Amino acid sequence: MQTLRFRLLKDRLTGRLMLVFTMLSLLLVVGMCVGLYIKSAPILHEHSLGELLSASSWKPLKNQFGFFPFIMGTLWVTGIAVLIALPVSLLMAIYLMEYAHSRVRRYVYPLLDILAGIPSVIYGVWGTLVIVPFIATHIAPRFAHGPSSGYTVLASGVVLSVMILPLLVSLFIELFANVSDELRESSMALGATPWQTTKFVVLRKTIAGIVASVVLAISRALGETVAVLMVCGNLPQAPRSLLDACYPIPALIANNYGEMLSQPLYEAALMFAAFILFFVVLVFNLGSRMMLRRMSKTA
Amino acid sequence: MKRKFIEEHIFRVLMYLSVAIVLFFVLNVVVSVFKRGIPVLTWEMITSLPGGGFYIGKEGGFLNAIVGSLYIVGASTLLGLVFSIPVVFYLNVYLGQDSKLGYIARLAFDVLFGIPSIVYGAFGFTVMIFFGLRASLLGGIIVVALLIIPILIRSMDEVAKTFPKDILEATYSLGATRIETIGVVMRQIAPAIATATLLSIGRAIGDAAGVMFTAGFSDSIPTSLSQQTATLPLSVFFQLSAPQIEVQNRAYAAAVVLTVIVLILSIGGRFITSRFARNKV
Repeated sequence: MQTLRFRLLKDRLTGRLMLVFTMLSLLLVVGMCVGLYIKSAPILHEHSLGELLSASSWKPLKNQFGFFPFIMGTLWVTGIAVLIALPVSLLMAIYLMEYAHSRVRRYVYPLLDILAGIPSVIYGVWGTLVIVPFIATHIAPRFAHGPSSGYTVLASGVVLSVMILPLLVSLFIELFANVSDELRESSMALGATPWQTTKFVVLRKTIAGIVASVVLAISRALGETVAVLMVCGNLPQAPRSLLDACYPIPALIANNYGEMLSQPLYEAALMFAAFILFFVVLVFNLGSRMMLRRMSKTA
Repeated sequence: MKRKFIEEHIFRVLMYLSVAIVLFFVLNVVVSVFKRGIPVLTWEMITSLPGGGFYIGKEGGFLNAIVGSLYIVGASTLLGLVFSIPVVFYLNVYLGQDSKLGYIARLAFDVLFGIPSIVYGAFGFTVMIFFGLRASLLGGIIVVALLIIPILIRSMDEVAKTFPKDILEATYSLGATRIETIGVVMRQIAPAIATATLLSIGRAIGDAAGVMFTAGFSDSIPTSLSQQTATLPLSVFFQLSAPQIEVQNRAYAAAVVLTVIVLILSIGGRFITSRFARNKV
């Protein structure tokens, strides 16, 4: 038998150790922020922030680092992805929670799991196999002026939308599950149809959470790398239409990590790209997670 | 008919449509990858290393990538579990329900979960350069571990939060200290640990952007932690960008292998959650 004193000591020591583990994770967030900032500092000394973000010429060897094309590429691709994924996922979540029998849910959830579990690179393969040729042969000839390879903003947006679908659906499902049945029942008792109940009660009650979920999905889409890299065309130009090639920020980092060591400013530029990504994702995540926390507490 | 019923019908149709779209996408992704990859998949590809002239379409397989991925996934999952189980235990047993630290820590893990793997990769790469390390198996393992720790913690914590406090109080009343309740707690959250592990294995094996910087690539199986290693996703990615059709075929074959692994993991995860919840009170 161990003495009580020893057992209490063990209790406290392991507690301390676990506290250290927990604190380390907090430190990781701070460390990433500081580390990426320090690494990108050289380029911020050389060029002003406004200049970096608005210049559109990307010629690292000539010391020209304009992030504008990449930022626009990221915004276009993310925008398309959310535009496609939001209505589909919202309607699907409404169907699953407000209309469908629980048996249907049992069959659909595993499919969503699969969609969520498929790796980025497989989505990229799928994009090059299905989406890109489809755009090149069916969509581009009809709408574009010149020939298109299919490696476009549209292709990236479609692939990305499928990737964020499961995330959105699961977040929405969680939100709807938190709305109490009494509210639904009182609405129905007043003669509202299920859709009216959804529209006036469920959606109104969860609208803040829906916004937060979309922000979360946007931040996921912003950082998606390999799948987008494989279908976006990788041309450093600001896209002007859906059928232009683009070059989002994560693709920029992934494509150039090998060369960047040749030139210190080049490395700083790529780290600055990573820092932008980190910072935007951090802010979006903090905001939306805090909002979602509040929602699930008050519901 | 009243307007509200027409509206009801329209939206019902739209809902069926959106469910159909999602189902179509799930099937389309899996089927199109299989249809392209299975005909070109041979046993030799799975069991042999890249031979001479591999990248211009000569003989060889991607065993290097399969083994490399297994090394990285195995080690990082182990590392991740060793780190995350104590954190989950601490958050739920040592800290109270409305502890400030608990709130902040959970928020931090949510944020870490959202950070893209390319940023982990870039950050890991700079840290490695700072310490004078080169891309290596060890680097890949550490970055992937960092990537999956938030997943492990979040999904275990989700279940641990619902852990009935009565059980804890019952063990305390028998004279146990907080750390001594670990056996009871672990038994309760065992299915959650299993699902979280499968989830993070799936994420770890599919990650390409994180290991791109940190693990590098190599044609042989690494024999030490300091050597570079190939991984399945990167092997798909690199071979697909080659111009030769033979090399591309191998990329599609590797994509099938990766997809099969991930499908097994995700179906297994569901199976465990539904079957092994027996010890649960």
